[in-house]
Amino acid sequence: MRTGKLKRNDPESKDPYTESMRESIRKVEETREERIESEVPMMNADERDEVLNKYHPDYKESGMRPLRAGPNSGDEMPLELAELLEAYPAVDPSSVDLTKVDHEVDVLVIGGGGAGTVSALWAVKQGIDPEDILIATKLRHGDANSMMAQGGIQAADREKDSPAAHFLDIVGGGHYANKTELAKALAKDAPGILQWHEDLGVMYDKNEDGSMKALHGGGTSRKRLHSAKDYTGMELMRTIRDKARNLEIPVEEFSPAIELLTDSEGTVTGALLYNMETEQYYVVRAKSVVMATGGFGRLHIQDFPTTNHYGATADGLVMAYRAGANLRDMDSVQYHPTGAAFPEQIVGLLVTEKVRGSGAIPVNREGEAFVYNLEPRDVEAGALIRECYGRNNGVETPTGMKGVWLDTPMIDMMHGKGTFEDNLAYIYRLYTRFGIDPTEDPLLVFPTLHYQNGGIEINKEGKTALEGLFAGGEVEGGVHGKNRLMGNSLLDYNVFGKRAGISAAKRAKEVGWGELSLKHAEKYSDQLDDAGVDEDRRSPMLVPEYRGEETLSRSIDLL
Amino acid sequence: MSEENGSETVEIFIMGKKYEVPKGLTIMKAMEYSGYQYIRGVGCRGGFCGACATIYRLEGDYKLHTDLACQTTVQDGMYLTQLPFTPAGRENYDLEELEVSNNSLLDLYPELARCVSCNTCTKTCPQDLEVMDFVNEAIRGNIKEVAELSFDCIQCGLCAARCPAEIPHHHVAQLARRIYGKYQAPDSEHLEKRVEEIDAGQFDEELDELVNLSKEDLKERYENREIEA
Repeated sequence: MRTGKLKRNDPESKDPYTESMRESIRKVEETREERIESEVPMMNADERDEVLNKYHPDYKESGMRPLRAGPNSGDEMPLELAELLEAYPAVDPSSVDLTKVDHEVDVLVIGGGGAGTVSALWAVKQGIDPEDILIATKLRHGDANSMMAQGGIQAADREKDSPAAHFLDIVGGGHYANKTELAKALAKDAPGILQWHEDLGVMYDKNEDGSMKALHGGGTSRKRLHSAKDYTGMELMRTIRDKARNLEIPVEEFSPAIELLTDSEGTVTGALLYNMETEQYYVVRAKSVVMATGGFGRLHIQDFPTTNHYGATADGLVMAYRAGANLRDMDSVQYHPTGAAFPEQIVGLLVTEKVRGSGAIPVNREGEAFVYNLEPRDVEAGALIRECYGRNNGVETPTGMKGVWLDTPMIDMMHGKGTFEDNLAYIYRLYTRFGIDPTEDPLLVFPTLHYQNGGIEINKEGKTALEGLFAGGEVEGGVHGKNRLMGNSLLDYNVFGKRAGISAAKRAKEVGWGELSLKHAEKYSDQLDDAGVDEDRRSPMLVPEYRGEETLSRSIDLL
Repeated sequence: MSEENGSETVEIFIMGKKYEVPKGLTIMKAMEYSGYQYIRGVGCRGGFCGACATIYRLEGDYKLHTDLACQTTVQDGMYLTQLPFTPAGRENYDLEELEVSNNSLLDLYPELARCVSCNTCTKTCPQDLEVMDFVNEAIRGNIKEVAELSFDCIQCGLCAARCPAEIPHHHVAQLARRIYGKYQAPDSEHLEKRVEEIDAGQFDEELDELVNLSKEDLKERYENREIEA
């Protein structure tokens, strides 16, 4: 890489760090050598509980409220999500004509990210003609959190490891709230998924003998994290998408589903799509529907910045819930411990856990290590928040944000010069673009909204509570309990995308097309009326609102 | 540059129309600040997906600059436009049936041979990849080199949009990586072995025992599990 060109964001090449930040960095530099020799011990169960209870955002009561309608009535949800679930359909059911069907397919896949694409590929393997599948997606095929995953994917493929050890890590990390049949499927399918990837031509990081490079992730008992530099998600997504393109599986881009369609029994029989550019709707009739819309990071729960992709607005949860599917574990949100806190342009973007897996340690303003570098994510995030706001040992940025240092220069010191740039190419590029060299200076980080731990409840076949509706990937819940471990989300979309795709294909071979209605939406609206919900509230959201306040305050709708 | 309400601002031109925005925003955030709500030209907002390919000129500078809107800070006097889509030809293929040889890439993409080594692709790349170098490796049939040099490609298509030889570099590179990954990278024998063991049911008993444990027993197992150094 020719780094010279990367300075273009700062034509004057000034030091992006302020003098007070530099002062703190000097303390970090002074303690670096001894930090390489010593290690902060891992917390015991009681210490972990204390950090979580006091500092993790999930435990803040004012951030949640119980739902007033639908199958999860009474369950606590983040406020921002509750607002969307307790909302009327974006489209007035009486304004659409469901008798004119635009697409009649065996399998409709809602969402063109990892889970959706994997489910379509396995539906084809199951004997469904690609022409009889439709992937409907909000932005472009592959625009998804799947593309952004950096650190890697877990699989117990090494001699020293076993699916049982992986299982135990999953449920312990998830605070024993996981559906164990799902955790078992995740662990057991993992090596087979990697083998499938190899067959598709994914370039995993390997040793010369063909064995895969493996690192620890937070909360893993074995080195089980496999990667493709720190572009693991991108390498998987683009390869899987390439396969789908070769098979010519039809994709409707910029046409998100906005409502499911059901028959009089409540069976899911299709969906209503909305072309965001022409503003017309399309009616899709399908024998099976796979929900694969991903997560909700762009809701900015508790005002956190997010690592998530622009389209992560909980659309799938909204549609499935309105049709009667139950959700689970929605009271637990994953804040990734290390989001960028500086510079301003990249606040909230992910600094992969692989950075800590490679040896970098979080350090406070005084240059002191204060937490073991690979606690499970929720614990690590809680410890960073405690350091900044409980102990007031954070570093303040010019915009008033607080963070702690992630001491990245340790990596090349421990493993040799060039290690960082070779294995963490994305992070290196991300920071050097803004004039910070992570091999020379530490990075300022703070927890960022990263993952929806819960979702639509599924069983091990990827079936939801609704006949005809399947789900895979971040939109579903139960796999990770109350906290997902690193490297298990890429795995999740592959394992449950596959299982949902296979189940959807099997059903499509057995049933005919059903009648199409929006009765479920009308029924749900009645429940909202009874609960006294404001009629102006509509969902799904589709895209977040980031326009400037000045513009919005003077906006009028004429066209 | 000017001061408005005490904070520094810069003047930018969005498709020719002037807007004043706070200094330090990315191109993407500056357009949103100005009142644009994205549907096209936005994706991950983190430099992975290539959706926000953008071209711009600077006042008094004849050059056409390219970059990612989510990773580039606005400068005073920037004339901006975003590309909603970058068209480029892509060939379908069946990786299983493909005959792997030095000509695999040229067979599907004969336009590679039209490269005039102008280096525009390399200069265009927002990832700073050595694009022309991997095109040359592709012509020579060095699939591994193409795969490695192109690995960080985010497939924004800017190179293809600027190429006078009409080469779809990002699609050629995708093909090379898949051929390398499937046929040329060292085989993972341990993985095959593990999959066979799983298929033979070797871990079922152990897993089923765990699945059926009470929460308390699981907790005990978890807390006492052996951790690899």
